[in-house]
Amino acid sequence: MSENEMNLQAENEMNAKEAPLVLQVSHVSGGYYSGGILKTKQNYREVLHDIDFEIRQGEIMGLVGESGTGKSTLAKMILGLVQPEQGEIIHHTKRPQIVFQDPYSSLNPAYSVEWSIEEPLRVFGKYDAPERKRRVRDMLKRVELPEEILEAKPTELSGGQRQRVSIAAALIRRPRFLILDEPVSALDVTIQAQILRLLKDIRKELDLSYLFISHDLNVVYQLCDRVLVMKAGRLVEQGTIEEVYENPKEEYTKNLLAAAD
Amino acid sequence: MLEIRDLHVKFHTREREAVAGISLTIRDGEILGLVGESGSGKTVTAMSIAGLLPRKQCRLSGEILLGGKDLLHADRSELRKIHGNEIGVVFQEPMSSMDPLMKVGLQVGETLRIHTDNSPEERKKLVLAALDDVELPDPEAIYNKYPHELSGGMQQRAMIAAAIASRPKLLLLDEPTTALDVTVQAQILELLKKLNRTHGISMMFISHNLNVVRKLCKRVAIMQRGELVETGDTEKIFTDPQHPYTQRLISAIPTRTRKEPV
Amino acid sequence: MRIKRNGYLTAGLILTGIIVLMIIIGMFWTPYSPLTMSAKEKLQAPSLRHLMGTDNFGRDIFSRVLKGAGTTLTIAAATILIGSVCGTIVGALTGYFGGVVDDVLMRFNDALTAFPSILLALLVISLVGPGNKYNVILALGIVFIPSYARITRTAFASLRDANYITSARLMGASNARILLVHLLPNTVRILLPALTIGFNNAVLAEASMSFLGIGVTPPDASLGYMLSEAQGMFAAAPWYSICSGLVIILLVFGVGLIGEGLQRGEREVE
Repeated sequence: MSENEMNLQAENEMNAKEAPLVLQVSHVSGGYYSGGILKTKQNYREVLHDIDFEIRQGEIMGLVGESGTGKSTLAKMILGLVQPEQGEIIHHTKRPQIVFQDPYSSLNPAYSVEWSIEEPLRVFGKYDAPERKRRVRDMLKRVELPEEILEAKPTELSGGQRQRVSIAAALIRRPRFLILDEPVSALDVTIQAQILRLLKDIRKELDLSYLFISHDLNVVYQLCDRVLVMKAGRLVEQGTIEEVYENPKEEYTKNLLAAAD
Repeated sequence: MLEIRDLHVKFHTREREAVAGISLTIRDGEILGLVGESGSGKTVTAMSIAGLLPRKQCRLSGEILLGGKDLLHADRSELRKIHGNEIGVVFQEPMSSMDPLMKVGLQVGETLRIHTDNSPEERKKLVLAALDDVELPDPEAIYNKYPHELSGGMQQRAMIAAAIASRPKLLLLDEPTTALDVTVQAQILELLKKLNRTHGISMMFISHNLNVVRKLCKRVAIMQRGELVETGDTEKIFTDPQHPYTQRLISAIPTRTRKEPV
Repeated sequence: MRIKRNGYLTAGLILTGIIVLMIIIGMFWTPYSPLTMSAKEKLQAPSLRHLMGTDNFGRDIFSRVLKGAGTTLTIAAATILIGSVCGTIVGALTGYFGGVVDDVLMRFNDALTAFPSILLALLVISLVGPGNKYNVILALGIVFIPSYARITRTAFASLRDANYITSARLMGASNARILLVHLLPNTVRILLPALTIGFNNAVLAEASMSFLGIGVTPPDASLGYMLSEAQGMFAAAPWYSICSGLVIILLVFGVGLIGEGLQRGEREVE
């Protein structure tokens, strides 16, 4: 590593350390009970084991691992949809929102784009109708969609457009932290590149932090500052992108990196 | 080996032609990559080769020549023979391409049962050989398992075994690794390379993932909106794309070398 | 929900529309009074004077069919209204919340489904008393709840974990809002065809009940009641059975076409 790079890395670490915490996940284990009302040891299946990490303001944290390693369960736990059995999840900001992988089921097919983006504000109940409309239009501009699209139903949109609408709906109440669960995996590469750029831009504009879940290590490399590597419910490695990609410690990480090259 | 001449496919329900006049050849023993984004017509092209398009719902024209015979205009019984014996097909989702209630071995032997007069014993021998070819451990045990007892990677291997059991000359692979994890994906690619080398099967590998195509295919054809925009040597296209669309496509590939400053 | 127009839908709407229009006219005006007897004109075959002939009391069958079809339509419509509203409430709650509520209510539902519907209706009739059409509506309405509960439960349960519902929960929407605003409109596509099938079942159930004598009784008359009445004079006035039966068939056929059209139309749109 050159001196220059080392300086850069040190600087990055300094910045990361200084920024306030957004999320603390400390020694979290958890899983699901299958069948019946009774919660017994026999029907408990542990999905996550001793997960421990934190995310700071403005940071993009990647989460990689193969299917079935518990990435989505971890996301659900952070969102409060699944309760951990052990450990603690502490939010230092508003509750996070999520953008899902499948753009086809993340928007309510019964309603227009405008309705979907506006709904979180209606539920929030603090703004009157004109203010809500103004905010929807403002957010629409940020995700680079034309106003004509407001009238459209989700079925009339392309995958990329749907994902932009999902992002707009997730951000309309201005959360500071967003979970992105494979948000570009279902998209064509050219669209994928556009959405990744949008996510980068909008992070700067709105000072957001992301937890970016992906199986594509190259995408994570492009977007993220730090990365978590999960295997079979455990966090096997974490560190800055440079640390993990250039000097992976675990055999598992090495395999993943080799396969994705 | 296979020659497509000016293929047009238009569905009655659509304005635009799904495939708007493409001409393409697959040479003996080569793996040709067919790349395009969704809606580019790559799957429709493969389906017209495999004879899987619903003929009543679309209009086809042009020629698809396999060993001198025109697949587009051949009669049904002839087509069935060709499709069973000379062309094998593997789809993206292994789980949904398999019958959940049928043992793996029987499914792999299904094309043999339909297209050959082999005795059940002979068939089983061929199936076991095919399962061995795709490097599934303990073929005898796999033969008697049900699809849900196999992992995604193993299911896809079984589907490849089913496609090559009748020793076809051409294998059509429609996004066969897209639903799989990267490490499994890498293994399947190795397997395909080996099958191509040892059995001399020609392949048409359809994918939207350019990294995968680059690893597997010597030659690549790029499709956009039903048209072929560029065809040629894979490395050459990757390093020096000529068509603007290809350039856009290549530059959009996520890589680990051009991380922009955040 | 968007539905593409198709032949089934159009034909069904036209056929049902004509029948409903005639029934509405029949509510205000009939060629003859459906109850007036006339010894001179009894057992006449269909003619221009009496379109569907007369019965053995000399009553005009066309007028009676108009009135009777009105009763049948009212009973069927009210039945599926009760059945679908109550069934949707039960199905929505059990499908959305799951767990113990689901277990208890659905086992009860299964138990109800296990009885033949006519038997169950008979049970309700024996409790509330036979005779007027409101009791028939009540009996059939209760009988129809379980099937709607089952259909809506499946719909709500399958959509409960859709990403957009998870998002709605994360934005803090109340359960009531999620159920009514986010989920309900998406179950309409499943409910609408079920309503048309239910309507037809209700028409047939009412007809069989009245035919068996546990449905409406005079002075109310429904198509089913008239069928049972016609049975007694089948040899003397076959047109009576044929005409009232034909109207039942046309009504069921028309609504059935609408149901088929709704399903096909939606498939086309997708």
